[in-house]
Amino acid sequence: MPADGGIGAPNKRREDVRFLTGKGRYTDDLNRHGQTHMYILRSQVAHGRINGIDTAEAEAMEGVVAILTGKDFEGVGSIPCGWQVTDRHGQPMQEPAHPVLAQGKVRHVGDPIAAVIAETLEQARDAAEAIVVDIEELPAVIDMKEAVKEGAPKVHDDLTSNLCYDWGFVEENKGAVDEAFEKAAHVTTLELVNNRLVANPMEPRVAIGEYDEADGMSTLYTTSQNPHVIRLLMGAFVLGIPEHKLRVVAPDVGGGFGTKIFHYAEEALATFAAKKIKRPVKWTSSRSEAFMSDAHGRDHVTKIELALDADNNFTAIRTDTYANMGAYLSTFAPSVPTWLHGTLMAGNYKTPLIYVNVKAVFTNTVPVDAYRGAGRPEATFQLERLIDKAARELGVDPIALRRQNFITQFPYATPVAVEYDTGDYNATMDTLETMIDRAGFEARAAESKKNGKLRGLGVNCYIEACGIAPSNLVGQLGARAGLYESATVRVNATGGLVVMTGSHSHGQGHETSFPQVIAEMIGIDPNMVEIVHGDTANTPMGMGTYGSRSLAVGGSAMVRATEKIINKAKKIAAHLLEAADSDIELKDGKFSVAGTDKSVAWGDVTLAAYVPHNYPLEDIEPGLEETAFYDPSNFTYPSGAYACEVEVDPETGKVTIESFAAADDFGNIVNPMIVEGQVHGGIAQGVGQALLEGAVYDADGQLLTGSYMDYAMPRADDLPFYAVDHSNGTPCTHNPLGVKGCGEAGAIGSPPAVVNAVIDALQRGGHDITHINMPLTPGRVWAAMNGQ
Amino acid sequence: MYAFELERPTSLADAEKAIAGGGQPLSGGQTLIPTLKQRLAMPETLVSLTAIDELKGISKEGDMLVIGGATCHADVAADGSYPALSALAGKIGDPHVRNRGTIGGSLGNNDPSACYPSAALASGATIVTNKRELAADDYFTGLFETALDEGEFIKAVKFPIPEKAAYIKFEQPASRFALVGVFVAKGANGVRVAVTGASEGGVFRWTEAEQALSSNFSASALDGLTVSADNMIGDIHGSKAYRAHLVGVVTKRAVNAC
Repeated sequence: MPADGGIGAPNKRREDVRFLTGKGRYTDDLNRHGQTHMYILRSQVAHGRINGIDTAEAEAMEGVVAILTGKDFEGVGSIPCGWQVTDRHGQPMQEPAHPVLAQGKVRHVGDPIAAVIAETLEQARDAAEAIVVDIEELPAVIDMKEAVKEGAPKVHDDLTSNLCYDWGFVEENKGAVDEAFEKAAHVTTLELVNNRLVANPMEPRVAIGEYDEADGMSTLYTTSQNPHVIRLLMGAFVLGIPEHKLRVVAPDVGGGFGTKIFHYAEEALATFAAKKIKRPVKWTSSRSEAFMSDAHGRDHVTKIELALDADNNFTAIRTDTYANMGAYLSTFAPSVPTWLHGTLMAGNYKTPLIYVNVKAVFTNTVPVDAYRGAGRPEATFQLERLIDKAARELGVDPIALRRQNFITQFPYATPVAVEYDTGDYNATMDTLETMIDRAGFEARAAESKKNGKLRGLGVNCYIEACGIAPSNLVGQLGARAGLYESATVRVNATGGLVVMTGSHSHGQGHETSFPQVIAEMIGIDPNMVEIVHGDTANTPMGMGTYGSRSLAVGGSAMVRATEKIINKAKKIAAHLLEAADSDIELKDGKFSVAGTDKSVAWGDVTLAAYVPHNYPLEDIEPGLEETAFYDPSNFTYPSGAYACEVEVDPETGKVTIESFAAADDFGNIVNPMIVEGQVHGGIAQGVGQALLEGAVYDADGQLLTGSYMDYAMPRADDLPFYAVDHSNGTPCTHNPLGVKGCGEAGAIGSPPAVVNAVIDALQRGGHDITHINMPLTPGRVWAAMNGQ
Repeated sequence: MYAFELERPTSLADAEKAIAGGGQPLSGGQTLIPTLKQRLAMPETLVSLTAIDELKGISKEGDMLVIGGATCHADVAADGSYPALSALAGKIGDPHVRNRGTIGGSLGNNDPSACYPSAALASGATIVTNKRELAADDYFTGLFETALDEGEFIKAVKFPIPEKAAYIKFEQPASRFALVGVFVAKGANGVRVAVTGASEGGVFRWTEAEQALSSNFSASALDGLTVSADNMIGDIHGSKAYRAHLVGVVTKRAVNAC
């Protein structure tokens, strides 16, 4: 093909036609014959002992088909956690049971107590209101530091305390790090909070369970980023259904941002109930339920210190973090503040000694797990805020201090166990400085001052780790899953292709970008390639999409399978052209014999594979279909430099973003328009975290931000037009596409830029403020300016 | 929501009868319907007022602007004969809310963060109900509370059009209701300043500011004036002290915008 449709082409997203015209096929759009509706009765208190549940009146109500409580799940497995962290003393984390429906106790507002299945949703809801739950309310623990104090109420009575683990990384470096701090010429210290967030995908979670008595097959339709993972976790660990009797389908999914990775109780409930009543069972989350049952993100409280020598070289970093797990361990919760956070603490800098301590804590709040960036935003925020503070204390330029300490030689092994393969941090910073017209800042600041505003510029770098791998390493780190990806490439007789990928698209545009890769490899129109994903019945076992892994891992699996296809097709072509295999070249959809004008078209070869009349049947099988599983040898390491300019209204504390620039290194890029869109969306969520969003509980464990009336999502007019650049790609060295991943970068890189800019504005305005915790709402900024 | 009967009378008399019979008046439903969806209310009968022509529309009676109770915000926004009021209406909620929500519904509910109560109070409007006429000063009685009796609903609101007026809303970041909203009007009634969003007692007149502006209608006349933080709302969006401070800032901005 046509280079303009292959790798590097900004093709419009083909899936957008159906999304934008109301033709999307979301889980809630599905209605199964004979379907019933499920309503979940949830705890209204944060912590309580269940003394009794009386469902008698409810069961007799019109339309009620079944009511399930914890009793029904006594013989059923606990919702499993997918990652076991080992603490600094070599002990496994404390891992509490996570019942599908509350057993004995409720542990957060929203904890499911009973499921009512009825003919209509309103009938189910009416019956749920008639269930009498006798709950003895217990004191709740909400604040993490209070929760780990001696004598604090325990979230789980059978654990020794509310401490899930006390993790040290790298534990062997602790002594050397402490010594470096003793010898430091300067130490900068910062205490901060990484605010708790609610992911808020546009589509709330939905689960439809179905059971076919004819073949004993259970099917779950669910809003998931990884249907195979749900099949494994729910089938093997919770309900005891073997995988060949369980199909999980995640059709169009309207945004995930991490929160749809995890296996949730409602999925098990719908599947279990469908088998019990032998009718389909549908549950659709309301937005209010989403706030109190979707896993939340972030929620770290951190003290971080930086040691510098007399020449302003970074000599050591030491951190002390409390990470909120919520009431139960969500699927990947333990890995987020540890292996996805501690390993990134070197950032873009050659700090020789690093020690990260993380105490993970149970509280009477919704479970916390991965949210766009997962651990990496937390690492980046604290490090980049800290460096800004250090530059201010030392009276040096914050960009110069960063540049002085940049890693410049690759590969680079950090003191926190990872090896960066490629990068050019000075190049992205050079580009950024051009993009933001730094020289013109003083004039812009003077103009703002004339209008009574304070202007500030914030800059930061970030490093991210995508496509977490390889499986054997992550297994040693406690992962209870592999982290490969799969693809089956099926070529049809007339030359079109179907790729069945284990990756899952919930907004990433795989249906557009994946075909571009194949188009480039074969030299055909990308419209000849169809992508199938999201159904365990017709895709190979895959790990799904999160952690910016789809193209780097799933795309690589597709490349490997396509290479096998091309190798086989060349053999067929060689037969048709009566030439040696090694002389066959594939270009522009045509196989030709090197050095001759003899050629055969792609479609003729594919037809021969399925109509093998003139075919080397003795050497190769008919057909043209190949599968590959790809397990990367390392993470990929995208990086970049971000800048934000803000104005602060000193009278009200209101912050407005005047400009935002992002210079990213994503390695090679398949579809630059999709990449740009991913960066835009990521920045919107990062700005949301920095200025607007925050999930807040009161001391009794009631969620004060349980709706959009109090939880502020970023809207279009909160955001500026972005300047985005990705011209400094240093290709990844270990995957066949040289790609790195771009899904989370914006959300990782933007919060420190915004906060650095606000602090800069306030400092320039004569306010001695070194930090304000996110979200930087007008009220908080004003309070800081007025010493409140 | 719970099941309910819906009545949609086309005459005032039928509406009064239905409401007297225990029906819950429903205007644009921008507060009531979400409340019902959350199952926080269980009315047996809803009486929709939006099919009654008499309750809809905007007219001028002398120098009074008369707005029917079931007139939606979008219509007030488009009218323009009281520019500050139209500007206020044009910034309530979003287009959906403005095309459904009504002035009668807003004033009847008297949400402490709603915009319209400040306009009615600062303009010295008259609330015309199916039973009587009430001065705005007597109408707003507290948080979500009004002088409306059982079975009483708003037929129209009469606004004297002032010589100068402006409304400035400082938005709560999540809901975009007023964290503090101030309506300043200068007209035949003198200078009136009404504050919404800020107080635990709902919309109120800032009389000290009115006095200061009466002798000198400029923002600088407000220098040094403060409201007490004691009765302000304090929540995750802003402390009592912050709201009290904003009342001063936003009032000055409203004066400047007049």
